[in-house]
Amino acid sequence: MIEVSVDLLLLGFMAVISLAIVRMNDLFAVAMLLSLFSLLSAGVFTIMDAADVAFTEAAVGAGISTILMLATLTRMDRRKKSHKTRGITLPLIVVSVTGTLLAFGTSDLPALGDPDAPIHRHVADRYIEQSGTEIGIPNVVTSVLASYRGYDTLGETTVIFTAGVGVLAMLGMRRRRKGSKKDPR
Amino acid sequence: MSILTHYNYEIAIFLAMVGLYVVIAQGNLVKKVTGLTMFQTSVFILYISMGVVQGGSVPILDADTTRYSNPLPHVLILTAIVVGVATTAVALALILRIKEAYGTIEEDEIHEQDESF
Amino acid sequence: MLHHTVLRVIAKLLIPVIMLFALYVQFHGDYSPGGGFQAGVIFSAAIILYALLFGLDTTMDVIGPDVLQLLAAAGVLLYAGVGVAAMLLGGDFLDYNVLAHTPTEGQHLGIFLVELGVGITVASVMLLLYYAFVGREPGQ
Repeated sequence: MIEVSVDLLLLGFMAVISLAIVRMNDLFAVAMLLSLFSLLSAGVFTIMDAADVAFTEAAVGAGISTILMLATLTRMDRRKKSHKTRGITLPLIVVSVTGTLLAFGTSDLPALGDPDAPIHRHVADRYIEQSGTEIGIPNVVTSVLASYRGYDTLGETTVIFTAGVGVLAMLGMRRRRKGSKKDPR
Repeated sequence: MSILTHYNYEIAIFLAMVGLYVVIAQGNLVKKVTGLTMFQTSVFILYISMGVVQGGSVPILDADTTRYSNPLPHVLILTAIVVGVATTAVALALILRIKEAYGTIEEDEIHEQDESF
Repeated sequence: MLHHTVLRVIAKLLIPVIMLFALYVQFHGDYSPGGGFQAGVIFSAAIILYALLFGLDTTMDVIGPDVLQLLAAAGVLLYAGVGVAAMLLGGDFLDYNVLAHTPTEGQHLGIFLVELGVGITVASVMLLLYYAFVGREPGQ
């Protein structure tokens, strides 16, 4: 009962923040609200027993993503976006139709937390039962990530490296000027 | 279609639709990236909700616990989070260059300068 | 500058602790939530804190971008190298069982090296992204 109410509370906060992001004009405030959104989602992940995911989302979403967005915004001259708004009826129709279709599609999913759902059979059972004897480390997520699905993690590391290469290709790297002492930003 | 057994999915879909609305309807490029990030995060919530097991605990093997939540969605979403921040970084770098090239990050003004409409 | 003094003193106390925590998360990924990604991000957060308070040029003196570009590539190379080493020792690509004298020991060694590679790459790339964004001069 406590878990359900904390879960609903956090998700309710996230819904309010998302609506506030839609209405905000000040980009710095939008960046801060996005950071709060990521932090609350890390709380939701913790309530749903996903400790590794919560850790990563808090570090990456509320940390690095916010820093990068703020670093981008310091290069923008204006803090507010202009007031030219397009018509809102067509986007609202598109969004409502998509949302209804998705809700209709997810209605066939098993109930939340059902231990007999098909997703918990077959592969996940085998990993949980066998990873203790085959690999011998307690954290099942690490053993699946690094050993059973190690090839995907190699691809993921390459994606991070490629993102670094791409950003460096677009933005270049500042050359350190010898002997200059700049004020900290 | 009971709301009480699917509430996580419904709220995740609502958050995703708000993110999609921001991407479609707002003209500022930084807000579009914000909407995309909100969409991504709500999809993560959808996936992790599918892996929850009632009465289960964190998937760290322990002598006392018998039931664990499903570790496979955790692994998938771990990868997705990091890939998401990588694409967000590239998108923000593109926005920086667009700002330097066009002088603005409003989509309408960029289209006017390009005469692409 | 006087109004940065408190921040600088506290940061000088905290940055080693943050780095130590990053190393803890890296090497305890087997026993508790953690692993390469989280550790890399936390380590780069320590350096970014230093850069926020002491200036980008000072930080570039501490860790230059050339070193970081090397480290980013070295992490991916380490990961793929573990896979190729497994192939050279007779197994499949990324088959950790053949890396040591027992399969479990091989798995431990393989996971340790692989997570190290991931942590190195993530830390250097996050720091490179910060350098690229903040070091961009207007009109460059």
